[in-house]
Amino acid sequence: MNINTTKIISLLFFIFSAFYLYTAYQIQVFAFDENAPFNARTFPIYLGYAGLFFSGLKLILPDPNTLKVDHKNLEYKKTGILILIAIIYGATILKVGYFLTTSLFLFASYYFLGERRWILMFLLSFPFVAAFMYLLHGILDIYLRDPFLQSIGVMG
Amino acid sequence: MIEGILIGLTTALTFQNILMVMVGCFFGTIIGMLPGLGPMTAIALMIPITYGFDPATGLILMAGVYYGAVFGGSTSSILLNAPGVPGTVATSFDGYPMAQQGMAGKALAIAAWSSFAGGTLSAIYLLFMAPSLSKVSLSFRSPDYFALMILGLTAIAAFSSKGQFLKAMMMVVLGLMLASVGQDSLSDITRFTFNNMNLTDGISFVLVVMATFAMSEALTIILKRNDPTSAAKQVSLTELGSIKINKEERTKMYKTVPRSSVIGFLIGVLPGAGATIASFLAYGMERNVVSDDEKEKFGKGSVNGLSAPETANNAACSGSFVPMLTLGIPGSGTTAVMLGALLGFGVQPGPRLYMTNPEIFWSIIMSMYIGMVILLILNLPLIPYIARILAVPKNYLIPLILFFSVTGIYVMSFNNFDIYLMIGIAVVATFLRLYDFPMPPLILAFVLGGLMEENLRRSLLLSNGSWEFLWDRTLTACILATTILIVVWHTYKTFKSKN
Repeated sequence: MNINTTKIISLLFFIFSAFYLYTAYQIQVFAFDENAPFNARTFPIYLGYAGLFFSGLKLILPDPNTLKVDHKNLEYKKTGILILIAIIYGATILKVGYFLTTSLFLFASYYFLGERRWILMFLLSFPFVAAFMYLLHGILDIYLRDPFLQSIGVMG
Repeated sequence: MIEGILIGLTTALTFQNILMVMVGCFFGTIIGMLPGLGPMTAIALMIPITYGFDPATGLILMAGVYYGAVFGGSTSSILLNAPGVPGTVATSFDGYPMAQQGMAGKALAIAAWSSFAGGTLSAIYLLFMAPSLSKVSLSFRSPDYFALMILGLTAIAAFSSKGQFLKAMMMVVLGLMLASVGQDSLSDITRFTFNNMNLTDGISFVLVVMATFAMSEALTIILKRNDPTSAAKQVSLTELGSIKINKEERTKMYKTVPRSSVIGFLIGVLPGAGATIASFLAYGMERNVVSDDEKEKFGKGSVNGLSAPETANNAACSGSFVPMLTLGIPGSGTTAVMLGALLGFGVQPGPRLYMTNPEIFWSIIMSMYIGMVILLILNLPLIPYIARILAVPKNYLIPLILFFSVTGIYVMSFNNFDIYLMIGIAVVATFLRLYDFPMPPLILAFVLGGLMEENLRRSLLLSNGSWEFLWDRTLTACILATTILIVVWHTYKTFKSKN
């Protein structure tokens, strides 16, 4: 059996399915439902077995289209930074507010992706977010919580 | 039916809804022209905007995006031989050679008119077929629905791509597993929440769509160092030439369009099959039925060869709405996203939608037609200008996609956990995409998960826990037999490929 990354992913999925199946068996159901033809754990149990079946087949059967990914050509650094910025964005959006965090998120993302046209970067962050906020909050009546704008009296 | 059409027209022809179709077509064309970003991403990015609208308007906007994205995909196929969406691959076979011969404008016009004619004919088929099928599907019982959903999921896995059946089936199971998180719909017992209150209501559909499509596509572009906007930059510099179609070319199209529209529509109706298969089949069939002289031109800029796949892929788009509107079971990833959005609006598609929400049912059908007209009148002449807008560097495009994704989740839940969960799912999806694990089966399974469990519950309770319900009714048994055939055939093919 040829070991490649697809097989490793299948193995991980097999382990995940086994864990899912174990957790499915642990679902607490009402006493009167325990022997019912269908209860809250029935469907997940079938899914767990289906996961084991298909990932097991993928592990055993040959891989006709083995895909080789050239890791040297992948841009891990920029992708990692973008994910990190998105996590920081998610962590601060509620406390700081939509306008400032979103604008800074966009500005930082442009910067880390290699952009250096400052005026364009600014226009596509702060004024752009303000316009989008107006569309959502002002026109479409979709509520956007923003403690920062509330603190400086821009939003009610 | 006349009353329904009038209701649909009244809803679709309001100023707001016409504006939405126009915005949808325009936005869809932009996204569709970017190789790698297909209609599902375009629709997913539109979901937050639709929160502010009523269901009919929201769905009209999404339908416009769908058609626009397919049209945009054709444009990059013809001008650059770089199909924006898989459904337009066959378009490039004859569209690109025409463009190379200095007839890019003509090729675009043939594609646009064929799309329009295919869309118009399929809207007519849909008009007649959907209400009849709605009535027939009222006789469907839980076992039939359960078997149909299994068939739909198996079929989308089978048609996902060559040799990827097992990968797609794993994605189906993963989608169903994600759908099982949260409270059980009947007993309210929590499952797979690990005492996390944020998971009690389950994982949001919008979150999964944004993570697996919009966000993971953006991350994949960065990871693989792709530049989807480079295609657009070339389009904006291309000399299109005349967009006039002469009499001889029109005569050829008159014959091609009706037969290709029928094929496209019927393939679109089938669960799992879609615009890609429809366009290839129509291309193949057209090649077989034309004269020997015309056959020689195929692959070198044949009008029939361009018209057939374009007609079929648009007809298939309309066809894919049939199972969603009449059975509540989407036949493709794109219609699964729309179904999820409809459920979010509190509208349950299915045979009763036709009776309970006729304004939604008919306005979708009517707006499809209006969408075609708008694509033809507005988008065709505007292609070079749209491409210029598109030629923004990816350094701006990617953060904007991420911004729309996070905003979509933020306005829905005001919850940090959902943002973290979305990023987590997006990272896993990006890694899976890298190794060719298809995402549409996951979305379809996620949308159908709840309905599938509900129908299995009813079936098992009615049959007192026996699995005989699967072969008690002829219809259920036939659907199940088809599913088993698909699974056995694809497993056999994988096994045989060893030799």
